[in-house]
Amino acid sequence: MIYDVIIIGAGVTGCSIARTLSKYDLSICVLEKEAEIASGTTKANSGVVHAGYAAQREYIKRHLCIKGNKLYSQAAEELNFPFKRIGSFVVAVEDEQIKGLEEERKKGAEDGIPGLELILDKKRIQEMEPNLTEDVVGVLHASTAGIVSPYELTFALADNAATNGVKFFRNQEVVKIKHQDYVFTVRTYQGEFQARNLINAAGLYASRISRMLGLDYFRLMPRKGEYILFDRNAIHLNKILFPIPTKISKGILVCPTLHGNTFAGPNAQNLNDPEDLSTTTAGLKEILVGGRKLVPNLPLRSAIRNFAGLRAVPDTYDFIIDNTDIYGFINVAGILSPGLTATFAIADKIVEFLELLGEELTLKEDYNPYRPKPERFKDFNRQELDKKIQEDPRWGRIICRCETIPEKEIINAIHAPVGSTTVDGIKFRCRPGMGRCQGGFCRPRVIEILSRELNIPYEDITKRGEDTNILVGETKDLALKNLARGVDNE
Amino acid sequence: MNTYEVDVAVIGGGSAGLAAAIVVKKANLDVLILERDKELGGITLQCIHNGFGLHEFKEELTGPEYIQRFINQAIELDITYKLDTMVVEITTEKVIYAVNNKEGLIEIKPKAIILAMGCRERTRGAINIPGFRPSGIYTAGQAQRFVNIEGYLPGRSYVILGSGDIGMIMARRLTWEGCQVKAVVEIQPYVSGLIRNQVQCLEDYGIPLITSYTVTKIHGKDRVKGVTISKVDRNFDRVIGSEKFIECDTLLLSVGLIPENELTREAGAKISEMGGPVVDNNLETTIEGIFACGNVLQVHDLVDLVSAEAKRAGLNAIDYINNRYDKKFEVPGKIKCKAGENVSYVKPDLINLSDLSKDVIFSFRVKRPDRRLLIQFKDNKNHIIYKKKRRYVIPSEMLEIKLNLSEFKFAPDTKNIKIEVIPRPEALIEED
Repeated sequence: MIYDVIIIGAGVTGCSIARTLSKYDLSICVLEKEAEIASGTTKANSGVVHAGYAAQREYIKRHLCIKGNKLYSQAAEELNFPFKRIGSFVVAVEDEQIKGLEEERKKGAEDGIPGLELILDKKRIQEMEPNLTEDVVGVLHASTAGIVSPYELTFALADNAATNGVKFFRNQEVVKIKHQDYVFTVRTYQGEFQARNLINAAGLYASRISRMLGLDYFRLMPRKGEYILFDRNAIHLNKILFPIPTKISKGILVCPTLHGNTFAGPNAQNLNDPEDLSTTTAGLKEILVGGRKLVPNLPLRSAIRNFAGLRAVPDTYDFIIDNTDIYGFINVAGILSPGLTATFAIADKIVEFLELLGEELTLKEDYNPYRPKPERFKDFNRQELDKKIQEDPRWGRIICRCETIPEKEIINAIHAPVGSTTVDGIKFRCRPGMGRCQGGFCRPRVIEILSRELNIPYEDITKRGEDTNILVGETKDLALKNLARGVDNE
Repeated sequence: MNTYEVDVAVIGGGSAGLAAAIVVKKANLDVLILERDKELGGITLQCIHNGFGLHEFKEELTGPEYIQRFINQAIELDITYKLDTMVVEITTEKVIYAVNNKEGLIEIKPKAIILAMGCRERTRGAINIPGFRPSGIYTAGQAQRFVNIEGYLPGRSYVILGSGDIGMIMARRLTWEGCQVKAVVEIQPYVSGLIRNQVQCLEDYGIPLITSYTVTKIHGKDRVKGVTISKVDRNFDRVIGSEKFIECDTLLLSVGLIPENELTREAGAKISEMGGPVVDNNLETTIEGIFACGNVLQVHDLVDLVSAEAKRAGLNAIDYINNRYDKKFEVPGKIKCKAGENVSYVKPDLINLSDLSKDVIFSFRVKRPDRRLLIQFKDNKNHIIYKKKRRYVIPSEMLEIKLNLSEFKFAPDTKNIKIEVIPRPEALIEED
């Protein structure tokens, strides 16, 4: 079949575009290279919804960020993803930094950002954020800034898009694209897909995809950011805390997560390798030192994980959102911070582009903008819990002890519209393995459930797709038992 | 919702919980064990090596053999237990809420609670190894479960970080499976598990133990392809230029255990700095009628010692129900026990002064190995109230000293005592 639209890349950008386009009477498919969606930049970033004052006025990203921030409230209501406007502080520790903050505030207010306030009353600042450094002399408070779980947002977008008819194909690394007679033929290792319009939301690989069609007009540099995640009881923050930004980045922030943890990061290292997700000793030290400038009592003892994320830094330093010279080919590249904030505004932009391309966009009659909130054991009160377990006993079998995740939540994650098939996929969908023991107890059980529900042999379940096998074979004991069983069967 | 009223609720049906429950049941009290796994026995079930039972039964058993004796006894005594049952909350009023897939939510109203939830393993993030996040990194205990319970091998060639007991035992176990264990890498200058495991699990199989080294990088994007190890100096900073690459497809972590005390915290009991709850010499937490024993209290070297501690917790719970529960009693004064020179922690944290004729078992660990020592107890005025010679100490071996409180000469205003392990003065060295 020839789709109306193919989207390459199932990160937050691709899924957001897919969901917005699913409103219209279009046939759409999304191709993802990895075994799971939300596997690239989406998976490991700060998860901050910015107010929008930070980028320079000449950049499109400033305007899409300001617009995108406003679109979050409605989207969160429709899609039920975790999102909270907790507000952010940019923290000045020297008097001469105040002037710059005031300028940011003024420009931001002029551009329609509500809730910006310069606070110089130290007592008030410390009441709002008791863990903040004593050195603070003033902060720029942005009340519309918030925190979101980027991958949970992406699952919500994908599930809702799939419910509205978008097809998702995973393990589809694009190797070749042909454009002939106004039809794009996209070849992957697994097969071939055709469409009249092609949207490139391939994240770190977007320049490679663009080059496949002969368009070589931008460069993406992978920039790595490392993070340290702290345990839930370690420290409790009220605000997203930024240092005074440098020219290249917003600096190392310290931020609460929606699950009650705290993280510090990212640093910024420019790389050549778009797969280098390694963390480094120097980097982790840098984060700790940086983080402690804002929150001096960051407890390294309570660190439960460190990880790195990559963002694609374009040579223009701005988003590349182009209706290109190739009719029907749209580039959505270089979506680094504040790309997560801008995501709904970016999707709206794509709608404009398709209209310009002459697509007739008619609203679907049966479009359903709502994705029900995934049911969580932790959200039930005692009575509801009891009722749930009576209805389905799998609510009562706890698989992950640290996060209290029952079997039913894992099964729901597997059978979601764009359900998970790997151990990491399950971890990001419903959190078994995210907690203090990092999967020590629950991993064998998660494998068992995946194996049973997907009808895949136990030892073939992977961490996150091809080449990430968890087990390599049977023990002598099991091999003998299986042999004996085989003999019996004959 | 089903509600149960029992004398004693035991949380955890492993080696600690079973031993405690058996003692309570033998005193003709109602006891209920809540176990989150699908069978009784806890982590001992996957410890299929021998070395268990020398204290408890005066014979050498494997883990499953050892724990089966307790399970059999529990069944003979008709102890009530619930499997696949996860406690989700202990209220400050000592009401327990738990779930399982047969009854849904259940409510338990016990007179006393014994906490026996055991411990969990430290993980990679907690110790911050830089590098990629490929498949092929497991805690030693998780690998043990895969191999001994599920019947699968997590890899073919291994480096084990940390010379904890489970790590060394897995080194031998995997060698038996035909896997290659390239090295056990230990950041300290000495082995962190028991010496007998170093001999029987590593030396007997020619597996190198590399001390004063640690893993400084993990290689491999999808699956582990190797690790870089580096020498560390006294401050555990790595020595530049000492890096060595070891090829392997799996990294096992045996870098320590942490008591599992989320529920304890939720119930409102105080937690000590080392992770276990604060207890007095009756193993009672800071909440009246809640007791703790086994690895949830402190990580033990041997399961036999867990059983012994759990029996004491059981006896103290019985005593509580018979003499204090629902009765008016005078809250006794308590003396704090503190860790002094070269001592990482002391249990109990408090000495209950209600009964000074009682025996108290002090257990503690040293921070670093040392020879020719003096173990001293001092009061807050720095008066030595007890001392004992000791030839050799090592952090991996828990020290236990049983004392009758009447042996101490407490000044009436004693607020705390301190335990220290110090080099012996010259005169004493002569006596050796």
